[in-house]
Amino acid sequence: MSTEALEAPEVKEEVKQPAEALFSKRRRRIVADPLNEDNPITIQVLGICSALAITIKMEPTLVMSIAVVSVIVFSNLIISLMRNLIPGRVRIIVQLAIIATLVTLVSEVLKAYYFDMYKVLGAFVGLIITNCIVMGRLEAFAMANKPYDSILDGLGSGFGYAWIILVVAFFRELFGSGSIFDFKVFEAIGLPNFPTNGLMVDSIGAFMVLGILIWVQRSKTGYVEH
Amino acid sequence: MQRSNTYIILFSIVLTVVLGGLLSLASVGLKPAQDKQVELDTKKKILGAVMDISSIKEPNELLALYDQKVQSLVVNYNGDVVTQDAKGNPVVAEKVSIQKNYRFAAEDRLYPVFKFMNDKDPSKVEAYIFPMFGSGLWDWISGYLAVGSDLNTIRGVAFDHKQETPGLGARITSDVVQKRFEGKEIYNDNDELVSVKMVKGEGNPNLTAHEVDGMSGATLTGKGVNEMMVNYLTCYQGYIKKVKANGSSVAVN
Repeated sequence: MSTEALEAPEVKEEVKQPAEALFSKRRRRIVADPLNEDNPITIQVLGICSALAITIKMEPTLVMSIAVVSVIVFSNLIISLMRNLIPGRVRIIVQLAIIATLVTLVSEVLKAYYFDMYKVLGAFVGLIITNCIVMGRLEAFAMANKPYDSILDGLGSGFGYAWIILVVAFFRELFGSGSIFDFKVFEAIGLPNFPTNGLMVDSIGAFMVLGILIWVQRSKTGYVEH
Repeated sequence: MQRSNTYIILFSIVLTVVLGGLLSLASVGLKPAQDKQVELDTKKKILGAVMDISSIKEPNELLALYDQKVQSLVVNYNGDVVTQDAKGNPVVAEKVSIQKNYRFAAEDRLYPVFKFMNDKDPSKVEAYIFPMFGSGLWDWISGYLAVGSDLNTIRGVAFDHKQETPGLGARITSDVVQKRFEGKEIYNDNDELVSVKMVKGEGNPNLTAHEVDGMSGATLTGKGVNEMMVNYLTCYQGYIKKVKANGSSVAVN
């Protein structure tokens, strides 16, 4: 959480030159970093719980991704807009209240318009509240940065989370259920008897896929835990 | 920045009121849509127990089909038709929560019955659909059991669950497992209720008319299903006996 404190000088710089380009190099980095080099799941290893629970199939994973991205983006925006009003001593509870409200809204909307997914995701939508990624971004970034930058940061972290769980879900659904978005892949390519792997349906499958992903990514970026 | 206590308290109050207001608005605003979804879900499951509804995509089409094919009533433990609840309000079978009734003693519950009417002769019942509720391995399971007009042969089942393990117990919601119940019988030759039992293990040969092939790795969920079926079929005995005695379902109304 403390890594972003280093960015504070940059904020002052920004005040001096208000005409910073809409997609300046710095802003592009805000979005791009969490996608790879500073990925919330594979590098920071946050949000693992939900990454295990909802990645059995692609469709719920996609819905969950959209839910998480919208919650991160909007909570980042709201907190950033209010950042000068929030009393420091109660800031955590304020952040929590904002996140909880947004998550409840998402859950209610799902229940009203996408009931099948609401049943599948069930408690996990509510548990976005406890997803460390969301609160981590609020505390580390939105509390100290302008709204537009915070939206970019939210998009970066949200999609950083989303693409990882979608990749995990892709392999789990492919090998666990033999399908992608419930489309029977192996039957379509003429292998109706391709054995599905029960491990992939269990959380163990998620650990394995995630572990391999982290391995591949870290061997590429050269990232080492300190 | 250090703020005064008054500021903090005021800030918290305003925040709470604003967020609370927002949530209440959303809750009230989305209620009709949510109710419709729940209704659709119930009717989907009821129809799903007797027919293949996977080709019907349009919600209104499904609701229309339901209105056309299904007649519902509510009975008590003895099999008598109930039209008013304890407070005198009319009871609607689709609105009776099996989960809430499950908490009461078997004798005090309300039991909805859904009659799937015959295509050619709409006065004849083609299948009776009984909702049921029980415990799986981790949390509740529920189901709709459809029996044919003989009130013995199973036409189909539709199970639902809250928390069974995906790939193991959660398979009770899959077509493959639900198809295994079709054609099984709940009464023996002496007209005694024996229900059907999911046996242990999978791929069992020589199953009788009262045995269903089990799910490997989900024996306890299977046990939950068995118990749920016996419990509720026992509770529906009153109604079933009355229908049988009258020779036709019409007489019960």
